[in-house]
Amino acid sequence: MTILYAILIAPFADFEFMRRALAGTFALAFGSAPIGVFLMLRRMSLIGDAMAHAILPGAAIGFLLSGLSVFAMAGGGLIAGFIVAVGAGVIARTTELKEDASLAAFFLVSLALGVTIVSVGGTNIDLLHFLFGTVLALDNQTLLLIVSITTMSLFALALIWRPLVLESVDPNFLRSVSRAGGPAHIAFMTLVVMNLVGGFHALGTLLAVGNMMLPAVVARFWARDITMMIVIAVATAAVSGYAGLLVSYYSAIPSGPAVILVAGVLYAMSVVFGPVGGVIWHAFPGKHLEA
Amino acid sequence: MDARPRLQFHNLTLGYERHPAVHHLDGSIADGALVAVVGPNGAGKSTLFKGIVGVLKPLAGRIERSGVDPRDIAYLPQIAEIDRSFPISVYDMVAMGLWRAKGLFGGIGDRERNTVETALAAVGLTGFEGRAIGTLSGGQMQRMLFARLLLQDARVIVLDEPFNAIDAKTCSDLLMLVQRWHSEQRTVLAALHDIDFVRANFPETLLLAREPVAWGRTSEVLTAENLLKARRMCEAFDDQAEACVVAA
Repeated sequence: MTILYAILIAPFADFEFMRRALAGTFALAFGSAPIGVFLMLRRMSLIGDAMAHAILPGAAIGFLLSGLSVFAMAGGGLIAGFIVAVGAGVIARTTELKEDASLAAFFLVSLALGVTIVSVGGTNIDLLHFLFGTVLALDNQTLLLIVSITTMSLFALALIWRPLVLESVDPNFLRSVSRAGGPAHIAFMTLVVMNLVGGFHALGTLLAVGNMMLPAVVARFWARDITMMIVIAVATAAVSGYAGLLVSYYSAIPSGPAVILVAGVLYAMSVVFGPVGGVIWHAFPGKHLEA
Repeated sequence: MDARPRLQFHNLTLGYERHPAVHHLDGSIADGALVAVVGPNGAGKSTLFKGIVGVLKPLAGRIERSGVDPRDIAYLPQIAEIDRSFPISVYDMVAMGLWRAKGLFGGIGDRERNTVETALAAVGLTGFEGRAIGTLSGGQMQRMLFARLLLQDARVIVLDEPFNAIDAKTCSDLLMLVQRWHSEQRTVLAALHDIDFVRANFPETLLLAREPVAWGRTSEVLTAENLLKARRMCEAFDDQAEACVVAA
């Protein structure tokens, strides 16, 4: 018992930075994972990736203007995210380019621009922080920001739940009974950007989306119902956060990548063992039923 | 047509990116009418229905709905437009028919649960409540969507290809619901392809080929001559089309 305590709990009991990191990853789990489930179900899995890179130049400009201030970087990230989301949407509607293609163009330029700005204005260490985050160095302000984003995100999701679900299943029916579809979609994209900005501080611009999409994809292998899917996604994200921090504590693996790698292991296990479409259930479905 | 009009089309043009799919439609649908909308693929049937329920704004002209909010018109979209892989249960999908009554937050209480159960029983889907919609057959899927229509309890009901690719039993079951709506004086429009089926069951027909070919009593509309004309009129979408002279 004491050994288990020493291995599994003591690192968090003994070190404040571990507790902060755990609180941060748990908060991110509650905010990001449900968003990831909707992104996946709306066949927008890669949009999250694009948006995550798109916030980089904004955060970088915030960093140039006021150093490592959480709110300047978060504000810059939000603004850049919205510009890219709206810009890609406008270009897709006014030109022949499809939305995914215009997003790809936007986020590639954003990523290059962001890396350039950070490199010119800061050090290589700063750049590493931007790309992979600093989950072990979450200060009060950053934690507050992440928790606020999660809280807002959960309330907003409850608010737009019905139109968001119906717009995904049967968009024409929704449009025939309500005008909530458009506003719900915009609110949802806002939530995507907000959660990526939150995740950016902990996991960096390259990995923030990992805590959003991997748990969602894992959940797809275990549940047939969206509510259950979201519960599983949140649990997966929280477990990945906890286990990833432990792994990084006992090894030389940096904590951000460790969190995402644990999620990756859970994903691989789900692909093999998941009861909803997993490999084993496909290969050995058992005897067919009576009806 | 003695009854007062429920829907009136005034020089209505509907379409996509300026290309008309329904061109200069004039006419009216009486309250309580049971109308089949017939025409080849691409004739504008779905487009007309999307216009009626307010999903699509007219390019020109207008639709008068005699005071009915377009959102209070019940609409059966084509099955192909529904994402059947989405993880939602039959019960939740049917309960969406209560949207106008319940909105974003209205609770589903015992009374609503009863109406959902009753609707599911009426379409023969009792016991399917917890099933994911992806596990339904084509016919069961259509039955589920009819249950949702029942919950909408609308005065005007618009059905886009309700009887496509379903077996005879499902077809006759669902037709009975349509006839029940007709006997309750509700106005029903349905886009259909089976000419003999229309002749047998629908008193009034609009034959559409982007422009109305004929409209009135089914026996007078569905003549060999009119059907041939409809097929000829349904030309392809033309990228080089010039601006419409009538509209100018």
